Amino acid sequence: MKIDMVVIRHPASGAPRFLADRIESNVINAGDGTHEHPTQGLLDLLTLRSHLGSLEGKRICICGDVLHSRVARSNIWGLKALGAQVAVCGPRSLLPGAITDLGVEVFGRIEEAIGWADALNVLRLQLERMERGYIPSLREYNRIFGLTRARLERAPKDLLILHPGPMNRGVEIDSDVADGPHSVILEQVTNGVAVRMAVLYLLAGNAPALADAAKADSA
Amino acid sequence: MTAPLFLTGGRLVDPSQGLDAVGDLLLIDGKVAAIGGTIAGPEGAHRIDCAGQIVAPGLIDVHVHLREPGREDVETVATGAHAAVAGGFTAVAAMPNTRPVTDNQATVSFVKRQGEAAGFARVYPYGAITVGQMGETLAEFGEMVAAGAVAVSDDGKPVENAHIMRTALEYAQTFGIPVVEHCEVMALAHGGAMHEGTVSARLGLKGIPAEAEEIDVIRCILLAKLTGGHIHLCHLSTKGSVDLVRWGKDQGVRVTAEVCSHHISLTHEAVEGYNTNAKMNPPLRTARDVEALQQGLKDGTIDLLVTDHAPHHYDEKEREFADAPNGIVGLETALGVNVTWLVERGVLTIPQLVDRMSCLPAKVFHLPGGTLRAGALADVTVFDPSRSWVVDPAAFKSKGRNTPYGGQTLRGRATRTIVGGRLVHALDG
Repeated sequence: MKIDMVVIRHPASGAPRFLADRIESNVINAGDGTHEHPTQGLLDLLTLRSHLGSLEGKRICICGDVLHSRVARSNIWGLKALGAQVAVCGPRSLLPGAITDLGVEVFGRIEEAIGWADALNVLRLQLERMERGYIPSLREYNRIFGLTRARLERAPKDLLILHPGPMNRGVEIDSDVADGPHSVILEQVTNGVAVRMAVLYLLAGNAPALADAAKADSA
Repeated sequence: MTAPLFLTGGRLVDPSQGLDAVGDLLLIDGKVAAIGGTIAGPEGAHRIDCAGQIVAPGLIDVHVHLREPGREDVETVATGAHAAVAGGFTAVAAMPNTRPVTDNQATVSFVKRQGEAAGFARVYPYGAITVGQMGETLAEFGEMVAAGAVAVSDDGKPVENAHIMRTALEYAQTFGIPVVEHCEVMALAHGGAMHEGTVSARLGLKGIPAEAEEIDVIRCILLAKLTGGHIHLCHLSTKGSVDLVRWGKDQGVRVTAEVCSHHISLTHEAVEGYNTNAKMNPPLRTARDVEALQQGLKDGTIDLLVTDHAPHHYDEKEREFADAPNGIVGLETALGVNVTWLVERGVLTIPQLVDRMSCLPAKVFHLPGGTLRAGALADVTVFDPSRSWVVDPAAFKSKGRNTPYGGQTLRGRATRTIVGGRLVHALDG
């Protein structure tokens, strides 16, 4: 059918790779299972850079359900490529056992992450995690791992707060943090449009030199 | 009666009688008539020059899935037994996770008859441990053994109920058969699709920890210790399992164990790119596990090599990794893989390899064969350990094409396979 581009979001890790290996079209991964979410990673990087400038040496902590998060992996690859220091924070039951092999630090307590980081990327906690036995209750999750204003006020410096959405307000993040002065969550949404336009633009054959360079990097 | 077969000038390797010497082998009326030295071949014998080749007791694979009855589109007893002889195996034991499950004398005898009708490798049926492999009620071991079952297993999944496993280990003693366990704690494996480690973390695939296997390994060893029964552990994949079996053997427990050719040759890195032909259960593990499995095989902790030959339809494997079925075909690559990874790298000698692919499977499962003593079954494998060949799945006799070795160059290949004195496979015509 000579399709130019396929944008695929799929519940199985590796599904876009499967497709890309078998069709001629450009395949854009819009999120695959618990693997990657590349455009979310790019928009997070754009948002961070617009506030922090160069990310070289900056400290970014990804908080929450890293085990089941495709956002976390794309963030880790992207941030490390730009020279940032990356950490993850959450209950051990929601972190992959081999997470340190990805070159990140691990914090068991949200307070430690707050004390360390320049920015926190707070992940959504899906409700079914409790049902499948990864955590005891959403209530306790909020009490121990939730990003609350009280915790944030004890931070040694101003932190940038990101969240890929949709948020569970009152679980992983409280509303007064999500809507507070350090939150750049709405900016992420805006940047998401720009980043996805750019990806489509490049893969549509515009600026071929840039597109080829990107392909060469990912090969 | 077929003409006598007269195999001349090969290297006769038969660990069952401590034989490793160049000499002749004469097969008459389905039996070994004479072995060793220079033999005067009788008139009319079909002479096969085996110079430069290994002449060994027929290889036996005690862990294959032949899919019949139920999934004849994927494999039949006949195509599986044909694949077996093409790979140098003169006998296979077929797992009972068929549809319907081989959990009764009628189905056992059906599988056995299909094997006899096919006329390739000998096919020894397994019976299920529990009715329908549901883990609740013991299947009728006695009737199944009378119909030809050589062991019982619920392979594909474990017998999760420890009381049922205990009872199986007790009850099987009447019939002198091993109880064969697929070691896995399903609740801990929790739907995982590959080994839990660096690669699963990177690929975002749910992992199966090594402990999901090891906890069942030690449970089975302890139940064998309790009952005095013979437990045989399927397809070990982790270093921890090797250590636990070594402990069990040191304690005098009747535990035997097997390892698959893929687990001594490949690691979880093979999954990279979401390669569904590297998906099996138990999964490919780490280089450290591969090393421990090789050492376990060398020091005798692991008794024998198997394939866990598991054909799947192309369409079933051609999909998302997490949803693809477990298993790969192995009958036509196992000898080459074993020679390439074990013999060429100095882990096993040729006689040790023959021991673990023929003599020990026969001994552990009380099967005929595994020896070339005069009077024994004329089941013989002739193979060239230095022959290089490229794996071409399209050329398999098996209906299954699902192999991670496609396109790879292996060393070591069967050139003649003889079952009951009949030449049933000859490479190069």
